[in-house]
Amino acid sequence: MQQLDALTREARALAMGALPRSADEAEVGRQLQICNACRYCEGYCAVFPAMTRRLEFGKADIHYLANLCHNCGACLHACQYAPPHEFAVNVPQAMARVRLATYADYAWPPALRGLYKRNGLTVVLAVAGGLALFLLLAIARKGSLWHDPLAGNFYQVFPHNLMVAMFAPIFLFAVLALGLGVRRFWKDVSPADHAFDAAGAAIAEATRDGLRLKYLDGGHGQGCNESDDEFTLSRRRFHHFTFYGFMLCFAATCVATLYHYLFRLPAPYPLTSVPVLLGTAGGIGLVIGPAGLLWLNLHRAPLQGDPAQKPMDRGFIVLLLLISLTGLALLAWRNTGGMALLLALHLGVVMALFLTLPYGKFAHGVFRGAALLKWAIEKRQPSKLRLSED
Amino acid sequence: MIAVDVLVIGGGNAALCAALTAREAGASVLLLESSPREWRGGNSQHTRNVRCMHEAPQNVLVDAYPEEEYWQDLLKVTGGITNETLARLAIRESSRFRDWMRRHGVHFQAPLSGTLHLARTNAFFMGGGKALVNAYFRSAAELGVAIRYDSPVEWLELRDGRFVAAHIAGKDGAERIEARACVVASGGFESNREWLREAWGQVDGEWVADNFLIRGTRFNTGVLLKFLIDAGADTISDPTQAHMVAIDARAPLYDGGICTRIDCVSLGVVVNRNARRFDDEGEDFWPKRYAIWGRLVAQQPGQLAYSIIDAKAIGRFMPPVFPGVKTDSLPELARQLGLDEGAFLRTIEGYNAACRVGTFDHAVLDDCHTVGVVPPKTHWAMPIDTPPFFAYALRPGITFTYLGMKVNEQAAVHFGGRPSPNLFAAGEIMAGNVLGKGYTAGVGMTIGTAFGRIAGAQAAAAVLRGEQRAAA
Ligand SMILES: Cc1cc2nc3c(=O)[nH]c(=O)nc-3n(C[C@H](O)[C@H](O)[C@H](O)COP(=O)(O)OP(=O)(O)OC[C@H]3O[C@@H](n4cnc5c(N)ncnc54)[C@H](O)[C@@H]3O)c2cc1C
Ligand code: SF4
Ligand code: SF4
Repeated sequence: MQQLDALTREARALAMGALPRSADEAEVGRQLQICNACRYCEGYCAVFPAMTRRLEFGKADIHYLANLCHNCGACLHACQYAPPHEFAVNVPQAMARVRLATYADYAWPPALRGLYKRNGLTVVLAVAGGLALFLLLAIARKGSLWHDPLAGNFYQVFPHNLMVAMFAPIFLFAVLALGLGVRRFWKDVSPADHAFDAAGAAIAEATRDGLRLKYLDGGHGQGCNESDDEFTLSRRRFHHFTFYGFMLCFAATCVATLYHYLFRLPAPYPLTSVPVLLGTAGGIGLVIGPAGLLWLNLHRAPLQGDPAQKPMDRGFIVLLLLISLTGLALLAWRNTGGMALLLALHLGVVMALFLTLPYGKFAHGVFRGAALLKWAIEKRQPSKLRLSED
Repeated sequence: MIAVDVLVIGGGNAALCAALTAREAGASVLLLESSPREWRGGNSQHTRNVRCMHEAPQNVLVDAYPEEEYWQDLLKVTGGITNETLARLAIRESSRFRDWMRRHGVHFQAPLSGTLHLARTNAFFMGGGKALVNAYFRSAAELGVAIRYDSPVEWLELRDGRFVAAHIAGKDGAERIEARACVVASGGFESNREWLREAWGQVDGEWVADNFLIRGTRFNTGVLLKFLIDAGADTISDPTQAHMVAIDARAPLYDGGICTRIDCVSLGVVVNRNARRFDDEGEDFWPKRYAIWGRLVAQQPGQLAYSIIDAKAIGRFMPPVFPGVKTDSLPELARQLGLDEGAFLRTIEGYNAACRVGTFDHAVLDDCHTVGVVPPKTHWAMPIDTPPFFAYALRPGITFTYLGMKVNEQAAVHFGGRPSPNLFAAGEIMAGNVLGKGYTAGVGMTIGTAFGRIAGAQAAAAVLRGEQRAAA
C-alpha cells in the first residue's frame, strides 16, 4: 500500500514536472537558469542553495522556490543582470507573481480561487459584511447601538454561545481549507520524501527559521532591502511585532476560553487578569507591527515585489490594524454606553479576518512554512549533482 | 578657487577605494562616473571574489596562503611579466584590506557551490561585485564624497606632468573641473570596438575583433588611456594583450558577465566552423584553460567554435545560462549547427575510435585519453555516443585589456620616467604593472583594492603637500 502510494506520488511529481508552465512560472524558470549559472546570491537566503541542487525547474520546483523566497530584495539590488540589463532578472518580483498563483491554485475549495484575483475587493467586502452583520445584530438585540453602561459585559450584547456558534465554524473551516490546500501543495513539491531519518531535526529547524524570520536577516544579519540597497532590520522587526502580537491575542482568547469553560469564570475580566494583559500586549504589537509594515510597503522600491499583489498585502495589513485598534478601543471604553458599538465593530473585523484567512495574505505563512520544511529536509539529503568548475 | 581636493575618475572598485581612502584622510572628494547610476560600477559589478594572502585561517578563508606562494602563483601565470616590488606590495595589502572593506559594508561569504577549489585563496563577496559596489557608493555618500553620474571625462588639463583640471562632456554640456590631485581609475579599453579592431586586424577580409563579445561594461572605452598615452605618459603592455575567455556565443554584446561561461569543454570535444577539432580539450582543469580557449577560438574562422557533449556529461558541469542545442542523433546535431555533416561525423568517429577509456574521474587528471588522433585529448576522453547530444556555440569574450599606465609604489602616473606629483592611477588602467600577462582568479580586485587605496592616500597627501607649499 505504502509502495503504491509512493508510486502514485512519483507519477504525480513527474506529471508536475512535465505540466505546462504558466507564463509567470516560465519566467521564474528563465531567471533561475541565469541565476544557476551565476550563483552570486547564494549567501542571502535558502532559495539559491535550493536552486543549485537542480538543473531544471518544473512547475512544482518553481512553486516550492517561490514560496521559499521571502521577498527580502537582496538579490534584486545585488543583481548584475537586473533591469535595465537585457536579462531583466528580478527574482523577488518573478517569485511574488508565482506565489499569488500558488495561493490561488491551492485554495480550497477550488471554486473560491477567484477570491485571490481581486483580493483587495475580497477583503473590503468581508469587512463590510462582517460589520453590517454585527451592527445589525446589535441593534436587533438592544434596539440601539447606544445603551446604558454595562460594566464591560459583552454577553449582554452578544451571548457567549451566540459568539461561539458564529466564530467556531468559520475558524474551523479556515483551518480545514488552509490545511487541505497546503497538503496538496506538499504532495506536489515533495513527491519522494519517504521515511526520512532526521525528520525531527528538520521540523525543528524549519520552525526556528520561520519563527525567527531567518531569511529576512540578509544572510549577514543586517537585514533586508526596502526602499533601496540599504539593509535594514525594520521589516523583520515589524513582522515580529505583527506575528507575535497576533499570537498573544490568540493566546488571550484561548486563556479566556479556559477561564470560561474550565474555571466557570465568565468575562469581563479585570485589567490585570491574564487574558486582558495578553490581549493588551498583543493588541499593541498588532498596532505597531502592521503600521510599520504598511509604511514599509508604501515605500518599497518599485521594482521589488509584484505591484498586482499590493492590494492583497495592504488589505491584510489594514485588516490587522483595524482589529487591534477596535480591540484596544473596546478595552478602553468597555464601561461606557458605546460598548455595543465598539464590540460590533471589533467582532465585524475579526469575522472578516476569519472569513478571508484561507483566501488572503494570511496563506503566505502557511505555504512559506511548508517550503521552509521542504528545504530543511532537502538540505539534509545528499545532492544528486556533482557540479564543479573543475 | 579650486572647489575640490581630490578628483576621482571612474566608478568601479579602484575608483571607490581611492575615493573612500582620500576622504578618510580628510580630503574633499568628487567622483565622476561616466555611466548613468543604474550601470555604475564598471567591470567591478561583475566580479565575485578577491584573492587574499593570509598566514592562518581568516574567517571565510581556510588554511593559509602565504606571501611567497601568492607571489609564485603570480610569477607562474604572468611568465615573469610582472614587477616584483609592486606585486608584493599588492599581495601584502591583500592580507590587511578586508577589515577595511568590511567597515565600508562589504560582506564576505564562503566559496560559492562549485568553487571549492578557491576556498583557500579567494574571499567571495556576498551578492557579488554589484553588492560590493553598492556598499562602497553608500559608504562614500555617507562620508561626504560627492558623486556625479553621466560624467564621462574626455581629457585632462596637464601642466609639466601636473594634473590641473578634467574636462567632462556631461548631460548639460562640457564642463571644466579643477582639483588639487586626481586619481584615474577608468578601467581598460575593452569596450572600444574601434581600438580592438585596430589591435586585432583583419583575417580573410574580416575584422577579427568584430566577433568578440565584451564580458563587462560598455563604458570602459579607454578614452583617458588614449589621451594619457598621447600626452606622453609612460605605458605598460600593448593593445593586443587582452584576457579572453571562450563564452556562449549567444551572450549579449556587453555585460554578459560570469554566467555566459561554458564549463563543459573538457567533458567533450570542440570543433570549429569546418567541423574540425583544433586543440586538446582535456589538457588541464577548465579554470586553468578557459582563458587559453578564448584565444584559441579567436584564431578559428569566424571566431566561432562548438562545444559538443553527450548525455554522460549532464550533471557534471556548472549549468550554462542558455539551453544548448539538443538532438537525439549526431547527424541531426550537425544539421542544426549548420556544420558539414560528413566532416562532423568523421571528426566524432575518429575521436571516438581513438578514446582509451580507463577510470573516468572529473575531479583528477584521469587516465582516459586518446591515441592516434590529432590533436589528442589527454584526459577525460570518453566517446561521444550516448544521446541526447548537446552543443554550445562559443565565441571569444574579452574580460579586460592589459595596456595601461606605468606606475610606482605611490601609484603615480609617469611622464618620461618622472612620477607626476598629483596624478595617480589605480585598477585596470595600471594592472599590467603587476599582471603583464595571464590571469588567476581574484587578482584584478587585489590590484584594484590595493592600488585604489594607495592612490587615494597619495592623492590626499599630495593635496596636503600643496597646501604646505602654499602656506610657506
Ligand atoms: C565578467 C567579469 C568577471 C570578473 N571577475 C573577477 C573576479 O571575480 N575577481 C577579480 O579580481 N577580478 C574579476 N574581474 C576583473 C575585474 O573586473 C577588474 O580587475 C576590476 O573590476 C577592475 O576595477 P576598476 O575599478 O579598475 O575598473 P572598472 O570596475 O571597470 O571601473 C572602471 C570605471 O571607470 C568608468 N569610466 C571609464 N571611462 C571613464 C571616463 N572617461 N570618465 C569617467 N568614468 C569612466 C567606468 O564607467 C567604470 O565605472 C572580472 C571581470 C569581468 C569582466
Ligand atoms: S539574482 Fe542576479 S546576481 Fe543573484 S544569482 Fe541571480 S543572476 Fe546572479
Ligand atoms: S528576494 Fe531575498 S529571499 Fe527572495 S530569492 Fe532574493 S535574496 Fe532570496
